[in-house]
This record gives sequence, structure tokens and C-alpha cells, in this order.
Amino acid sequence: MFRRTSDAIRPAGISIHFEGRPIVAQAGDSLAAALLIEDVGAFRSTPVSGAPRAPYCMMGVCFECLVEVDGVPNQQACMVQVRDGMQVRRQRGPAGMDGNG
Amino acid sequence: MPGPVYDAAVVGGGLVGSAIALGLADAGLSVVLLDEGDTALRASRGNFGLVWVQGKGAAMPDYAVWTRRSSDLWPGFAARLADETGLDVSHQRPGGFHLCLSEAELEQRAATMRRLHNQAGPDGYDCQVLGRDELCRRLPGLGAAVVGGTYCPHDGCVNPLVLLQALQGAALARGVSYRAGLRARVILPTGGGFAVGTESDRLAVGKIVLTAGLGSRPLGAQVGLDVPVHPERGQILVTERAAPWLDHPTTFIRQTTQGTILLGDSHEDVGFDTGTTAAVAHDIAARAIRTFPALARLNVVRGWGALRVMTPDGCPIYDESERHPGAFAVACHSGVTLAAAHALALAPAIADGSLRQAFAPFSARRFHVQAH
Repeated sequence: MFRRTSDAIRPAGISIHFEGRPIVAQAGDSLAAALLIEDVGAFRSTPVSGAPRAPYCMMGVCFECLVEVDGVPNQQACMVQVRDGMQVRRQRGPAGMDGNG
Repeated sequence: MPGPVYDAAVVGGGLVGSAIALGLADAGLSVVLLDEGDTALRASRGNFGLVWVQGKGAAMPDYAVWTRRSSDLWPGFAARLADETGLDVSHQRPGGFHLCLSEAELEQRAATMRRLHNQAGPDGYDCQVLGRDELCRRLPGLGAAVVGGTYCPHDGCVNPLVLLQALQGAALARGVSYRAGLRARVILPTGGGFAVGTESDRLAVGKIVLTAGLGSRPLGAQVGLDVPVHPERGQILVTERAAPWLDHPTTFIRQTTQGTILLGDSHEDVGFDTGTTAAVAHDIAARAIRTFPALARLNVVRGWGALRVMTPDGCPIYDESERHPGAFAVACHSGVTLAAAHALALAPAIADGSLRQAFAPFSARRFHVQAH
């Protein structure tokens, strides 16, 4: 559904994992952009009704793109840059308080 | 100038006024509820949502009894509001904790509880002082800084925003006329009643009840009611939603039914400033994390300041004007806890004229040391 607007710049590939699946992103990508290009579907489910959600504003305002990054819950994917080896999971409902996201 | 005629005008549409308006309508009175509008200070929209018994009334035994009575009325009251409005105010009464982070704080707290126990007499005062070990058994995840605390089984909480909506909805359903954006400016005794002047209107009413929070002080002066209330700011922080984690409310940390965690309880003397400050937010967050270290992993998503409506002794003022009978003042900082008692017990006493006798200890005359 999404594609990059320019192929002119090809920075080095960055390898991340989403739900255990390897994904190649580009240095400088926001995590949200990298996941949207991979068409991963819902990023999170809401804490109250469990409804599926995906990025909306892409600028840090709407909190719809929350994911778990390296075990830390409720990270805004649009405000985080990809890092090599990053482990990303969907934010399923509310954050847990037991240290397991 | 003839205008609409009501048995009673309730001036102030917050939690206190809405509960009183509902209770007066229950008693068969025609009621107009005047709500100032969004320029109002609205303590009802900034509070922490506790229905709290423990620790209250050490300076006034009647207040301890009254608070407990409201706590006991709450389950039925919440069920009634749900029946009449379809709104769930999320009332829970699992018992609440006050957590102490120093031995000095714990000793002071224990002394307050001993005083409440002694003044309660043979009925006893249902609150336990707990050491750290017992607390840790009941509240998993406590930080090393917590030395002890107190527990009272009658403490609980509600969603205060839904409560305000439910009180007003139930009042409307009982025929209360709710007038938004109308600030009472002038109150004139008219002999047998009162005229209430607003920006745009003049209402003729039989009784007038001042429930305007901090605004009741200047209004009361017009009808011979002393309402010595002053603002005390409290700031609150709210975290993102978390999975159910804290089963009991505490005085400065509680988890709402939808998962957010409220952190609060600053006490600031800053006049009518409802703002927030980084220094106080820092202190609130730091104390919360020392109390429950797991809170450090949550993001704070909102914060605000609001003004408590404080009387000189912290206890409610319930009064009828001696000079102008039919003019009443109801002022307190416990509009959530006392909502049930205000609607079900105080309002009937306003309606039938028995307030001055039945609630004599709550009169502001207690502050007038030379009055006899």
C-alpha cells in the first residue's frame, strides 16, 4: 500500500524484527514508516475495546502507532528511528506492570 | 419584575450543587440549577475521585460520622444513578490505603487514627495501622521506601466526571431546570424569597442554596452567610493506560477502571492559579515511583491543576442564614465522597427547613469564637 517517494537515496540497510519476523529498513526511517512499507497491518489494539489501530498522524500527536520496542511498552513508532537489531512487537491492549510489556 | 418562579435556586452546578439539586427535586421542590460556565474554576472536573473515609473528622466527630454515612449510602446511590441515567460511575469500595514514606509520617498518621478511634467511642473506628510486612502482603510491588500505612475498608472511588454527568442527568430527569452559562451576580432578599440576578435574567425563588465552591464566599455576603473558603491547589498526573494492577485506591495513587493511573496530592497555596509546575509534577512522580517502583516504566500523558475548596478546619460548612432564612450555604472539598449524603440526607433537611438543627455542628458559627 505504501511505497517510498524516491529511490535516489539508498542508505545502508537496517535490520529489525517485527513480531519475530526480520524486516529490512533504511537508516533514518522512523519505525512507523518502516513498518507501513512492510504492510504489517494493525500496530496495536486499544486498551478499552481491543479495536485494531495503525498510524494516523505520523508526527507524535495521535498515539495510534504504539508498539513495544525491545520490551518497553507503548512506544510511539513514528517518533522512534529504526536501530539495527531492534525487536518490535504489537502493543496489545494496555501495558502490563509486570515487566513483560 | 415577574420572572420564572422556582421553589429553590441552586447556585453552582458542580458535584455539590448537582447532588443538592437532585435531592431537592426528590423532595418535590421545583429547582433551577445555575451553572456558571466554562470560565468557572470547576473543582468538580479536576479532582482525584476518591470516596474517602479514613483520617477525616479528627477535628470534628460529626464529620467523621457523616463521611462514613455517605460511604455507606454510596453503593445504593450509584445503583440508583445507573438506573435513572444509564451511566456507570464506576463506584468501587474495596477499601483504601494511606502509605507512609517515613517513620515520622507513620507515627503522625497512627496518632490521628488513635484520636479518631477514641472519639468514636464504643462503635470503634474501622481503620487499621499496618506495618511494612503486612502492607507488602496486601499490596504487591511496594517500594523499599514505604515504612507502613493505614487501611480502611470503607474507602473507595468513582469516576468523578461520569458522576457529574450522572447527577445532572438524574436531576434533569426529575424536572430540575439546568441553566448553563448563567452566573449569579446579585442575590436580593425579597421577603419570603429571593431574587437572583444573572447577566441576562432575574429569577424569583423561594430558597437559595449556594454551592458555588470558592464563589460562594462573595455571594454569601449578600445574604448574611459567612462562607470562609479559600483555594488550595492540587496537581494531578495521569499515566497511559496499564493492565489492571492496583486493586485498592490510595490517597495519592489510584488506577481507574479504564486503566490510567492517577498520581496526585499536592497541597499548594497559590491563590486562584490553576496552573501546573514542573517542580510539583516532579515531586508527585518521584513519590509515586518510590512508593511503587513499577510506575517508572509508564508514560505520563496528562497533568493539570485544580483548586480545592478549603474551609478553615477542612470540614464542610452547612448553614442557613439567620438574617435571611431560606438562604443556605453548602461548601466543602469532598463533593465526591459526600455526593450521596448531600443528595439523600442534606437536601431533605434544606427542603424541610430542619438543617439548622440537624446539622448544627457544621455551621460556620464554629469559626466565630465570640458568637454566643
